Amino acid sequence: MDFHITYMADDSHNRRDESRFKNIYLLRLSYKTGSRTGLNMDLEYFSQLFFGGLTRGSIYALIALGYTMVYGIIELINFAHGEIYMIGAFTALIVSSVLTLFGMPVLAVVVLAGMAAVVYSCSYGYTMEKIAYKPLRNAPRLSALISAIGMSLFLQNYVLLAQTSDFLPFPSLIPDFEFWEPYAHILTSPELVILITTVVVMILLTFLIKFTKIGKAMRATSQDKMMASLLGINVDRVISVTFVVGSATAAIGGILIASHIGQINFYMGFIAGIKAFVAAVLGGIGSIPGAVLGSLVLGWTESFFTGYISSDYEDVFAFLFLVLILIFRPSGILGRSQAQKV
Amino acid sequence: MTVKNELIKSILASIWFMFLTFPIMVIKVNTVTDTVEWRWYNMAVVGIGSFFISMLWRYLIRKKEEGSKKEKKDTVGPVQRILQDKKYFLPGIGAALLFTIFFPHIFSMYQTNIMISALIYVMLGLGLNIVIGLAGLLDLGYVAFFAVGAYSYALLNLHYGVTFWIALPLGGLIAAFFGIILGYPVLRLRGDYLAIVTLGFGEIIRLVLENWNEFSFGPSGIANIPKPGFFGFELSLQATTTFTFYIIVLLVLFTIFVINRLQNSRIGRAWSALKDDEVACQAMGIDKAKTKLRAFALGATWAGMGGVVFAAKTTFINPASFTIWESVIILCTVVLGGMGSIAGVMCGALLLILLPEYLRDFGEFRMITFGTVLVLMMVFRPGGIIENVRNTYKFEKSSQS
Repeated sequence: MDFHITYMADDSHNRRDESRFKNIYLLRLSYKTGSRTGLNMDLEYFSQLFFGGLTRGSIYALIALGYTMVYGIIELINFAHGEIYMIGAFTALIVSSVLTLFGMPVLAVVVLAGMAAVVYSCSYGYTMEKIAYKPLRNAPRLSALISAIGMSLFLQNYVLLAQTSDFLPFPSLIPDFEFWEPYAHILTSPELVILITTVVVMILLTFLIKFTKIGKAMRATSQDKMMASLLGINVDRVISVTFVVGSATAAIGGILIASHIGQINFYMGFIAGIKAFVAAVLGGIGSIPGAVLGSLVLGWTESFFTGYISSDYEDVFAFLFLVLILIFRPSGILGRSQAQKV
Repeated sequence: MTVKNELIKSILASIWFMFLTFPIMVIKVNTVTDTVEWRWYNMAVVGIGSFFISMLWRYLIRKKEEGSKKEKKDTVGPVQRILQDKKYFLPGIGAALLFTIFFPHIFSMYQTNIMISALIYVMLGLGLNIVIGLAGLLDLGYVAFFAVGAYSYALLNLHYGVTFWIALPLGGLIAAFFGIILGYPVLRLRGDYLAIVTLGFGEIIRLVLENWNEFSFGPSGIANIPKPGFFGFELSLQATTTFTFYIIVLLVLFTIFVINRLQNSRIGRAWSALKDDEVACQAMGIDKAKTKLRAFALGATWAGMGGVVFAAKTTFINPASFTIWESVIILCTVVLGGMGSIAGVMCGALLLILLPEYLRDFGEFRMITFGTVLVLMMVFRPGGIIENVRNTYKFEKSSQS
């Protein structure tokens, strides 16, 4: 008798569920089933993969933006960013089910649930920064990273304990549009909504950073924190705002993906967070257009890889991709390589 | 006045946290029956809890800030004083040794088994301590080397009938080889990039083990791995457990010995120099690549040997034992105990593995506690329980003018 065989795979982290979830996550996002015969079908398959990759890439982009903005300002890999996205999805689910039970109309439910998710994700992002990162502003970077890992572990298990470890079905908040029917075999309406939302968010974000006062303050802070504070910028506030904005985009991503896949789980943030981080590094961490570009490249490569080669090793491929980028071009596609100051 | 302010702040914090945890802690939707469960009780707990915790939090932060403002004295904690003072140190070690020798005879086999897994973690923690504590490289894929060790024993035994005693050094060597393979490409990376790449590497190893059915038998794993043999004698289950216990104790002692020697060797000094400043270190003529690779390889060796013992102990392994969260737990033991300090890491590992074992009722809170421990330790006591004391050279003013 040995009591410890399963000790290391503690059931409080139900790992089988993780892999199950991951597979669902990948299948639905990467391609639709369809027989492949003839040239025409091949082209259709290709375009399915193309748009599947595009959708996937835009989801990654929504998460990667938060990573890259936070990194750009305080040079911290916010490990718990994926958890914010998960909390966004959970809040949306809870609020929408409660409102549906109260008999609210569908449109109101969608809008309110979305708003609640964004508000709560922002609040979590803000609080997280205040608790786990602010006291470590002047500590070595390793400390902040370890603290971020702890935060991620905490938030995952907090949701696990307070809610459930099971998969919760997520209502599909996005309806099938009738006018889009003729094109739905290539790009479904939820995917269309995801693409449009992503583009809108990108435009808003670019506007925020380029043309508003707080955006200017963010850019100044990311260049030189000390100088920015000398010029009267409240650096703490700028950092908080960055966390809040990053969390908001992550929450939007969370709702979109959850309603597209139709299932959520406390673990959904982790792998998505890692993928988004890969995307952010690929594009050049700290650069916002870079994050978008990196996400799209990662989405496409994954989509084509799973579609044409094999879906078993898809995550291996994503990580391998990351390792290769970091070895050959650590500054990413759009990032500037920084000389180390001594 | 200040008391009033404090109270207001705490009340605000408590309201904020009640708001924050409201949807997730209070509402629970049953999606099957479409009913909502309102758990207002949780909200009260959060409200009251956060009220007091916020007070404590602000008090501790203030104390920390005051502490950092003050001139830092050469404070040596009581634990270090005991460790350095031979009067307490030697009898203490003697008692601990006696206790470990008689442990399997005093306690039941169940306890011995628990102790074996705790000691495996001690070994892993000490190994990771080389990489993180001494060389300052954050490795989040450490469990991959553990997996490499475990699988190399399992597979070598399955295909070639290699016994435990040959597999033990071999597992270490193979893991070291993997450590070099990982270390080589990431040499140029800075701290946090390194963390992510090692994390990716760990996941790659696990995913390959999970998917490559012909090689590693996939998620179903490998069963019937023989326990360590004793010069060909057949041992009863009880005796084997005791024997495994002694093996791991010896391995831990060996690890302590090696790390202790390493710490003050040329290479140990090179590591700590590298940890503090890479550029200055290179300017002093230390080969950065070689030094880092050595740290990776040596760290991986212990993980590999730990893996062999783990495989022999459980007689069954599958990829589920080697997820990223194992790496995080090992990291947690190192951080909690004190990066770079041998006694600290041992304490941390024993605490973190044994406590949840004996507090079974709190088992579900295990991971959330680990998360909290990581954050709190980083915020309030980055040095860990038993802080590593570095050799300092004090400049004393000479009386000559």
